[in-house]
Order: sequence, then structure tokens, then C-alpha cells
Amino acid sequence: MSEHDNLVGTSPLRKEGRAKVLGHAKYVDDLSLSGMWHGATVRSAIARGRIRAVHFAPEIDWSEFAIVRASDIPGENTIVHLTKDHPCLAAQEVNHPEEPILLLAHREKAALLAGVAGVQIEYDELPGVFTIEESEQAVANNDVERIIWEGSEYGGTANCFKQYVLYSGKASETEDGLAAAFEAADYIVEGEYHTGAQEQLYIETNGVIGECEKDDKGNVTSVCVQGSMQCPYYLVHALTLVFNLPQEKCRVIQTETGGAFGGKEDFPSVIGSHAALLAMKCGHPVKMIYDRAEDMAATTKRHPSRTRHRTAVTKDGTLLGCEIEIALDGGAYATLSPVVLSRATIHAPGPYKWPFVRVRAKAMATNLPPHGAFRGFGAPQSLFALERHMDKIARAIGLAPEELRRRNFLTTGDRTSTGQLLSDPVDMQHLLARALEESDYYRKLAQFAEENKGSAIKRGMGIAAFMHGSGFTGSGERRLNSVVDIELLPDARPQILVSSTEFGQGTNTILCQVAAQTLRIPYEQVVIAQPDTRVVPNSGPTVASRTGMIVGKLVERASTRLVDTLRTDCGLPLNHTPEQFTTAALGYLERHGSLRCSVRYEPVRPVVWDDELFQGDAYPAYAWAVYVAEVAVDLNTYSASVTRFDAAQEVGRIMHPVLAKGQIEGGVAQGIGYALYEKCVWKDGRMMNNQMTNYIMPTSADLPEIHVHFEEVPCVHGPSGAKGIGELPMDGPAPAILNAIENATSLSFNSIPLLPEDIFEKANAFTNPAHGGSAELDPDRQGEFLPEVNA
Amino acid sequence: MKSTVQLTVNGEQRRVDVPPMKRLLDVLREDLHLTGTKEGCGEGECGACAVLMNGELVNSCLVPALQANGARLCTIEGVSTEGHLHLIQRCFLENGGAQCGICTPGMILATHHLLDKYPMPTLEQIQEGLAGNLCRCTGYMRIFDAVQKAAEAQHAL
Repeated sequence: MSEHDNLVGTSPLRKEGRAKVLGHAKYVDDLSLSGMWHGATVRSAIARGRIRAVHFAPEIDWSEFAIVRASDIPGENTIVHLTKDHPCLAAQEVNHPEEPILLLAHREKAALLAGVAGVQIEYDELPGVFTIEESEQAVANNDVERIIWEGSEYGGTANCFKQYVLYSGKASETEDGLAAAFEAADYIVEGEYHTGAQEQLYIETNGVIGECEKDDKGNVTSVCVQGSMQCPYYLVHALTLVFNLPQEKCRVIQTETGGAFGGKEDFPSVIGSHAALLAMKCGHPVKMIYDRAEDMAATTKRHPSRTRHRTAVTKDGTLLGCEIEIALDGGAYATLSPVVLSRATIHAPGPYKWPFVRVRAKAMATNLPPHGAFRGFGAPQSLFALERHMDKIARAIGLAPEELRRRNFLTTGDRTSTGQLLSDPVDMQHLLARALEESDYYRKLAQFAEENKGSAIKRGMGIAAFMHGSGFTGSGERRLNSVVDIELLPDARPQILVSSTEFGQGTNTILCQVAAQTLRIPYEQVVIAQPDTRVVPNSGPTVASRTGMIVGKLVERASTRLVDTLRTDCGLPLNHTPEQFTTAALGYLERHGSLRCSVRYEPVRPVVWDDELFQGDAYPAYAWAVYVAEVAVDLNTYSASVTRFDAAQEVGRIMHPVLAKGQIEGGVAQGIGYALYEKCVWKDGRMMNNQMTNYIMPTSADLPEIHVHFEEVPCVHGPSGAKGIGELPMDGPAPAILNAIENATSLSFNSIPLLPEDIFEKANAFTNPAHGGSAELDPDRQGEFLPEVNA
Repeated sequence: MKSTVQLTVNGEQRRVDVPPMKRLLDVLREDLHLTGTKEGCGEGECGACAVLMNGELVNSCLVPALQANGARLCTIEGVSTEGHLHLIQRCFLENGGAQCGICTPGMILATHHLLDKYPMPTLEQIQEGLAGNLCRCTGYMRIFDAVQKAAEAQHAL
């Protein structure tokens, strides 16, 4: 065995880490092309209406500007996602505040501010809908004035982008089963849960540089966009339609990307198309960098949600059946809402055995900027509802919350609500036991109950149990059909070629570890190419916790193919040394000139999935977790803070312990922000607090110690047994924290973000005056679920 | 209208003719081509543009060029010596203190400033000292680790 055999599982230095700590890494705003102009966007001042006229201020010399209107688009006026409802530029009507209408470019960046202010747009305003409820009401009342979205051939109906119904079995049998379950139940517990929008708040805003080439007749022959993004081939697809060009004429290059979290999954298709259009118009490269206020007001956020639960349960805590209704606020265009909704639907029943489940889910249209991808992708919303509801059920039947979960966990050999057989080992019991032990749960529970009696600081413990599917849903990976190449550079170093991007998670590092281990050479010797669609194949988007597991496996297979070629062709011996590898590689290059091995996605096991019925193998693998939050609520200031956090999870083999811990801690921090700090304030569809000054994310002083605990169960789907990890930690913190707050205060909160003013309001509804320590705030007091519970 | 502004940047005398209210951040990035200093929010909240000015940690997006006239500045480019990592940089690299890297230059300068003030900082002093530098990736735990390791390494020198 050589030292390189066990590279996966060690923590080599981040591939691009040196450049980052030196300040040498080049992000898009650090680049300047010769003759480059700067671009800006003229946006809608209203939420919904028809554009009547556009006026250009006479005091500005417009001949110095390049101006792009919808009518200048050479191809289709669309930003393609799953549907084509989303225009590249608004032509006649606008459907949300900050919708792009015109684009401006100028050689001087400083001229753009006056340019944007110098464009006056007159509108005929139309009434808008701004919440899920207003959107539903318009449909219910057949209020045609407020039908803001007509429907689509992809299953959308008026004001509703998509609906799903998930049944745990055949529809009629499940309905009968549910009816019987509610008949037989000792308790029926109902609840409604809300989550707010959340801004990704990557520290580098969206930005790109567009270039365009034209022939003698002025027709566009090719475009190139480089910039901050997750999915270069998504942008290629968008450009082919906007410019009516074949794929090979649309080149996209990812530059160093300063955070993304889903916020740079679909949005770069918008800003990338815009910059390329301006480059077409002015004949120069055009850089577009959003400032923070524009980025926050105009780009995607996490979908707000409303989830209703109705559960049948016996008095000993056996779950008999559940009905779940999920509604997401999709914003003004469908964009990714149908897939976010799909993940929300599949994760809604959680890691529990339910004899009968029905989930109805829908994504509604509103006149807000379109909501989009954000780490977790629908699962944080539905798991927040479920895990708050589990605590409510536990209280209703008088069982400890961990005990209710323990009695209902899925285990190896069970089937999930989509009918997927859990043939790989699942041990939620152990994860729960470990999380309780690591957090010193029972001792603290007792200690806090005692200390809370005489104190205005109420402390408590809360748990959340959950899972997150790795990779694309169902047949998604088959459709993506990802390709990975590995080639030999002239000096015999292998280079990985993928469109999978690095934006902090460690893509570069883990893929190089996998290749190095498979090739039995030092990690330092492996190179990964910059994602440039002229050079790298389409290894799929960098989303859905799929890169480590799916792309990693492809890198492993491509590396195996490369080493096999050297064995066959150059006599490279088994158990070769790195020196023997180099000699064989150089020999091969001398004889054949080049070596490039390409592999295409093959499922490790056959995947059976029905997209219509939502039945079958939803994900190749799941990551499993139990999180414990410890909180303190100060009833003098009504502020809640997390004082310790324990995150226990099983995510397959850990590829890189330092990166893996960083992923969990970063996700937990975002989850704490989601629960307690990050509130988007909306007025008529416009985000009113689009600044870091008044949209508050956790600072280093706000976060508790986050303790990360891994159980390692190798998974067949990933390289060396790895599976997805990136999104999982976003799902658990919010419900664990609100469960802990209820444990501390007996106040039951079912909406996030939960701010001090919300706690103040509820605490004062019970106690007046509320200075803590009153009988009503006794932790033993029953919560407010009683009216909704029938024995 | 432009003013002449003289600066000592990373030990070198520099002179620029810029509008007096131009942000120091833009002077560094555009006029001096020192792009290691990043813009995150443009309103002094995130610390991505942090540099040391006469030994104090400042957000360069809030400093007008004229105010920096005569000042001694240290940017991320001045932390390393001829391509050799400063031990703070090495500790960030080895302990996972940098993920996407966009907050890293400011974070490293804030650490520099913190360790000048408290050579062996407590966790609370680290949390407080870095509270003006936002990081969305790490949840700060790896950064705290990196700072503690850097303090220990400096102490051992």
C-alpha cells in the first residue's frame, strides 16, 4: 500500500487555497479586458403593469451609451429554465419590482448612475398579488384582474406554476387508509407553519463580463461570458436561445466565485445574457457587477412557504397517517419553482415510517422577484414544518419529543413515502442516541428546568431529525447524463476536466483527492481545469449535493480508465509508484501524442422513478441527521440566542474532514440565521431592507460553538463511499431552535424568522406584564395546541 | 477636480491623482491595481475591504482618498513576503479558514490587527475582534481555529 491509497479521508490543502489567502485569486471584478465598457440595468419601479412609454432625459448625451431593448434581442426573449415564461427583458409588461427593462453600457462606470436615473418609464399599473394567500384568493374568486400568470403546457394553471400530489401507495388505497387512520386515531394533531424568504448573501455579488463577435453583416457569430456562477452549461443553454446560436458558439467560463449557495445557479443566465447583449450592441467587452443593494433587491431568494399538517397518532405514539399541504411563493415567473417544490414534497414526510401519507404541494405566482435556488432547495421549508409538528404531537400525547421520534424512525429495509426501499444501512436510532449524548441533553434539560424557575433567562433544548437526498431527484441524473474527462498534460500530470465549479465548498480539492488516490500519485500532482465550456465536458450543474457523490464517482471511473490504459499500453505494473506512473504517462504521450479518458454517468443500481406519481427511488442516497440546539431566551429583551449546537450526521465516508466540518458549520450558521436573524421585509413586492445594514446575518459574535459529529457508513454511490453533504446542514437548525425555544419558554412559535418583537408579542399575549418567571411561562405549562387536538 | 494623494502602500511610496472623495477601496483596486482588497457591501458592514491604515483596521469603502493622504497602508498583498505565506495566511490555509475566499483578505487583516492587540486572544476576544468581518461560508468555527493556531505559532517563535 502506498500513502496515496488513503488520500480520501485526509485533509490536504485546498487546491486554490494559497491563491485565496494571498489575495491573488481573481474574481470577476478583479479582471479587466482591453477596451472594456461597463453595464447597468434599468429596472421596473412598480410591481405589475404595462409599459406605456420610455423617456430619455434630454440633458444626457445618449450617443455615448449603448442601449439594449427587448426588441434588440436576436433570438428569443427568454431566460430558459424549465419553461420559457421568464423574459430576458420586459417588453410590454412588468410582473415584479426591479424587473429588467433596458440595459445601458458606457465606457465610464461613473456615467451609468446618471444614465439609469435618466431613463423615465411610464406605466399603466395593474393590481398585484404579494402573498400565497392573495394569489390563492384571486383564483378562488376568479378575480381575472389578479390572475397574474396564465398557466403553461408544463402543468401550470392560473397563478400556480406547478402542483404535485404524493401518495405513499396507490391513490385510492392511500385515501382509504388515511380515512381509517383518522378514524382509529387516539389523537389528531393539526398545525400550520410558515417560513420567510432568505437571501443567499454570498459576499461576492453577481457579476460577469460579456463579449460578442459579429460577421461583416453585423450578425452575431459567437458570444462569450465569464463570471461568478455555479452552472456554466445552464448559461450556455440560455445564451443559445437569446442569441439563436448553436451551443459551440456560446462559450462560458467560470471565474473564482465568492460564494453562491444556490444564488448563482439560475441567476447568472440573466446577468450573463444581459452583459452579452450589451457587448453585442457596443462592440466592446462589457462588465456588469451588481452592487449589494441591486443584488439583494433584484436576484433570487429562498421560497417563502406555508405548510399545514394533519396527523393521526395513537396514544403510545405510533404514527398512523398524515396529510400535508405545502404552498411555496414562487415569485413572478416559474424559474426553478417546480423542482424546488418537488424536493419540498419528497422531504415533507421526513425520516419516519408512515403507513399512509398524502402530500399536496403547489407553487403559487406572486408579483415578487422570482424566488430560486438556495441550499436545501425546498427541504428546509418542509422539514421545518415537520419537525415543529413532531414536537407538537409529542406534547399532545404526553411523550418526550425524542421518544416520539424514536418510535417512528425509518430503518434499514423500510420503504420511504415514495416507496423507495432503504436497502443501504440507515440507523437514525444511533444518530439520535449519539446527538443526545454529545449534547448532554438529559442533564441539561433537567438543569435548565430547575434554573428557569427563578430566572428571566429561559434556557432550553430542542432536537430535529431529518434527511437530505443526494443528487438530482428520480431520473434526473439519468437525464443529466453527465460526462467527466481526465487527460494527461505534456508533463504527465493528470488534469481533471469537469464543469463542476468551486465556490468554497471544496470541489477542486475533493475531486483531485479522488483522482490522486485512484491513480496512486500525490495529490499535489493532480490538476483541475478552470471550467470553460470550450474545454470541459458537461458534468452537470454544481447543485443538489451531487458533486462529491455523482461527479466524484465519475472522476474515480475516469481515473481508473486512465490507469488501465497505461497498464495495457505501457506495462504500468499493479501497485505502481508515482515515478512509474510518470514514466508510463510520458511514454504513452511520446507514442500517441495525447491521452484523454471520458466516462458518462451510469447509475450504480437501476433507478425506478415515476415523475407523475412521485413513486420510486427518489434519490440514489440520503444523508441522515439529528441536530440538537441549546438556546437562551432573555425575557427582559425578548432576544433568543443559540448557546450551543450539536450536529450529528451520517453522510457516508468523509472525504476531507476539515472541509466536511466547514460545510456543516457553515450550513448550521445559515440555519441559525434563517431561524433567528434573517428577515426580508416586503412592501408591494419590493424588498425594503436590501442592505447588509438592515438584513442581519450572523456575525462571529452571534454564533455558539458548533459541534460536528460524523458517523461514517460507506455508500456505494460515491467515490470511496462518500455521499452528498452540502445542503443537509441547512435543514435542521431552524426547527431544532424553535423546539428549544418552546422547551425554554412554553411559547410555541411556528413561523421563521423569529425576531425579538415576535417573542415580545406572544409573551405579552400570555402574561401582562411579562418580566419572566410567571406561572404562564412555566416550562411545564401545556402549549397552545390544545384547541386543535381531539382526543 | 483631482487631488494628489500620497500613500505608503505595503512599504512603497505611491502617488495618485484622484477625485478627493474617491473611495480608498477604488484607489487601491483601480489606480494601484491591488485587487486583493474586495468589495462586499460598500457600506462598511461586511469588512471584505478591510485594510490597515496607520496600524488601524478600516473599511476602505468608507475612507475618502484625501483622508488617506500621508497614511501608511497595509493590504493583503503586503502581508506575505516575496510569495512566502505569513503564518496567519498559513494557518487560514491549513485549518479551513478560507472557503470561497472573498472575505479572506479582510479577515486576515482583521486577524493581524487582533493579534497585534491580543497576542494570545481568548475565544471571546476573537469573536469580538472579527465581528466586523462577515463570512457566509464557514460559520466562523474554522476561522477561530486558524486564529488560535496563528496565535500559538506566533507565541512559539
